[in-house]
Amino acid sequence: MKRILSLVCLFGLSLPAVVQASKAQEFTLTNGLKLIVKEDHRAPVVVTQVWYKVGSSYEHLGVTGVSHVLEHMMFKGTQQFKPGEFSRIISEQGGQENAFTGQDYTGYYQKLESSRVETSFKMEADRMHNLVLLEDEFKKEVEVVKEERRMRTDDKPTRKTAEIFHAAAFRYSPYSAPIIGWMNDLDNMRLSDLANWYKLWYAPNNATIVVVGDVNTAFIVYLAKKYFGAIPRVDMPPLKPIHEPEQLGVKRLEVKLPAKVPYMIMGYKVPVINTADIEWEPYALEVLINVLDGGNSSRFSKTLIREKSIAASISTSYSASERLDTLLTFSAVPTKNHTIADVEHALRGQIELMKTTLVTPAELNRVKAQVMADTIYQQDSGFYQAMQMGSLETTGVGWRLLDSYVDKLKAVTAEQVQTVAKKYLIDKGLTIAELKPQPMTKNTQLPARLSTGRH
Amino acid sequence: MRQAIVLICLFLSFSNAHAGLGIQHWVTSNGAKVYYVPSPGLPMVDIEVVFNAGGARDGKAPGVAKLTNALLDQGAGALSADQIAVVMDDVGAQMGNSSLRDMAIVTLRSLTDPDYLKPALKVYADVIQAPTFPVADFKRIKQQMLLIVEKAKESPASIASKAFYKAVYGDHPYGQPAGGTEASLTAITQEQVKAFYQQYYVANNALVAIVGDVDRAQAESIAETVTAKLAKGKAADKLPEAKPLTEAKTIHIDFQSSQSTIVMGQVGMHRQEPDYLPLYIGNHSLGGSGLVAILAEEIREKRGLSYSTYSYFSPMAEKGPFISSLQTKNDQVPEASKVLSETIAKYIETGPTAEQMSASVNNITGGFALRVDSNAKILQYLAMIGFYNMPLDYVDTFITRARAVTHSQIKAALKKHLNPNAMVMVVVGKAAK
Repeated sequence: MKRILSLVCLFGLSLPAVVQASKAQEFTLTNGLKLIVKEDHRAPVVVTQVWYKVGSSYEHLGVTGVSHVLEHMMFKGTQQFKPGEFSRIISEQGGQENAFTGQDYTGYYQKLESSRVETSFKMEADRMHNLVLLEDEFKKEVEVVKEERRMRTDDKPTRKTAEIFHAAAFRYSPYSAPIIGWMNDLDNMRLSDLANWYKLWYAPNNATIVVVGDVNTAFIVYLAKKYFGAIPRVDMPPLKPIHEPEQLGVKRLEVKLPAKVPYMIMGYKVPVINTADIEWEPYALEVLINVLDGGNSSRFSKTLIREKSIAASISTSYSASERLDTLLTFSAVPTKNHTIADVEHALRGQIELMKTTLVTPAELNRVKAQVMADTIYQQDSGFYQAMQMGSLETTGVGWRLLDSYVDKLKAVTAEQVQTVAKKYLIDKGLTIAELKPQPMTKNTQLPARLSTGRH
Repeated sequence: MRQAIVLICLFLSFSNAHAGLGIQHWVTSNGAKVYYVPSPGLPMVDIEVVFNAGGARDGKAPGVAKLTNALLDQGAGALSADQIAVVMDDVGAQMGNSSLRDMAIVTLRSLTDPDYLKPALKVYADVIQAPTFPVADFKRIKQQMLLIVEKAKESPASIASKAFYKAVYGDHPYGQPAGGTEASLTAITQEQVKAFYQQYYVANNALVAIVGDVDRAQAESIAETVTAKLAKGKAADKLPEAKPLTEAKTIHIDFQSSQSTIVMGQVGMHRQEPDYLPLYIGNHSLGGSGLVAILAEEIREKRGLSYSTYSYFSPMAEKGPFISSLQTKNDQVPEASKVLSETIAKYIETGPTAEQMSASVNNITGGFALRVDSNAKILQYLAMIGFYNMPLDYVDTFITRARAVTHSQIKAALKKHLNPNAMVMVVVGKAAK
């Protein structure tokens, strides 16, 4: 699940970018199911993804993590298939499959040799409305999820710091909770929580199917109608608006954990495409983060990493295509000779510069060249194209943004970058967390115990 | 998400292939091997130059291979690191480097429009052939590597992996940490890096892989541009043989974590192993097929003991390891380690059932198109085929060869290559006492 998050983080600006989406076609069945098909005949393969509009940002305290646990249980049997059969059937077909949960979506996918695409439709339609939730399976699977949480977060000092940071930055928005859920809620989760969640959100009118690959569009439409057409629409209550109350000053926290290397993460409250009152602001923010941290020629790489060697690594993240207001974050590891305070001072110096001085035409052009090139490179992967369209559609931005995205970025001016820096990169909306490494137990310093023999 | 297992396994155990990839092969004027597949359709090209200069060549200076590789783009020809970065970013080109145990890699992804490709290619060629290793950058990258070594001490998985390789390979080059140690990195000098470069970054020790929207003449020109100025030199020596252990070893490392990481395995096979396919298919059933694998079934599906559990062979120039792994909360270590070792021991004894074998073969052959469905993936195959001197039609004949493997071949190969009584097991976590 966090893989999607890191996709967002890693690719920063490149997430919603052009994939010649104009070649894609959209259809809606009478039960509300949306279908997006993009033919790509470079290789005899197809990726099928089913996206549901539900994720951790739909959850409330007490059931955090329920979207993700339900994602796991979607492999645990239907009226027709026993637990594990889904995976076995896809595997026998030579397929690769997986699923992911994000803040704003839950998704399932299969990659298959293209003549076998019907298997995906048959199996996904079945589990969209015939899931059987078994107590025995649930009891084991929720333990698997807890192990996942331990592996991804609890035993990773920087990930744990980032989790605590998000919880502090948002006091109301559901983005405060981790996608995988708080351990307390996993400990107390019930099968009925999952059953309710499934009943509430898993319906054709809350789903989008994305197909990219060596297929015939008309045939895919036929398959969608054949397998999903009869699944009834479910009435769901309209989503209530969510507005994080205004932050009124810097929030600062320290995280003391056994660790070896210090780390800091700071983030500013910013709008996204879905929430921005002024249409160009999210695009200006994307240009801004790329001037600061896009590529080896960026200001951070050039000045803070190479010239001054204050930070050993810096990572910048902002995704304009989320459902709700989000954070623009900078995280960094100081070099040996510098402190967290040095790093914060240096980062804030660079941020101030964005407010006082216009970015240069060369910098703007460089960002635009990178974005344009990325739009070509991304087409090497059908899976990535499907991910872009599915996430944009599911967060409410709409997949057609891909057609205009490059133009919107190209239209961003140096003045607009300065404007968003002044408006959003301010102390009032800032949260800063510092990982303060604590000594690790003395045992770790001892040489490993060695025993020989059969186990 | 469900599991990283599938991805990890695909990545580490290449195997599948596409009928008629049509690899073109030649040697540059300077002696470097070239592997090229034209791929029109997108106006882009991927280039990868690989040297036999990975961590296995570190000798008495663990980390020198990685440090050398990391420094290539920090100053080359007349350009500084800043200038190199600007040229690449101005044309949206992506240059990368990486250093594995066998391979040292430098990649370039660029648009093929000459206005974009030309400047990128010129700098890329300098990075490969004329790195300058400036002293300030040398110190900075070395500090970064030291920090990575320090940070790895926070990670149970990194600690387990390092201990595993050391226990399995001992003094063999594969037993050393490719990222170096605090002591080894501190001691490495700029001169050592330059000497390493001069010895190993030479034409007779190099291959070039090219995939993209360029024709044969362009590909030939690219291959010359990125190798002509290399010294001819000589190919790296053959690595010493990796000998299997004769008895089992269990290593516990106390660590303050909520979960313990278990890694178990032994010396596996090399890339030229005649039993490669029987072992690959055999492992696919055991731990190489994600959630439907036997290990996932026993450990995750039946008992809920771990999120991620898998096994794989990592064939390399010399015998790479066979590795299995899981993570589980500390108090479940006795049960989980027992299930892991017993499942593997039993499997070595009995092999897959006919149904399990057929399911694996169906997955491997039925999904082979997925393994070569992008320029990026084809590029990886070219590098592998070139580096390990595999047949040019390796990919084209893969399905036929996989289908020809018999049940008894798999059983015999598992018994021949894996010894349940000589496995290394590393457990990193808080000991339950």
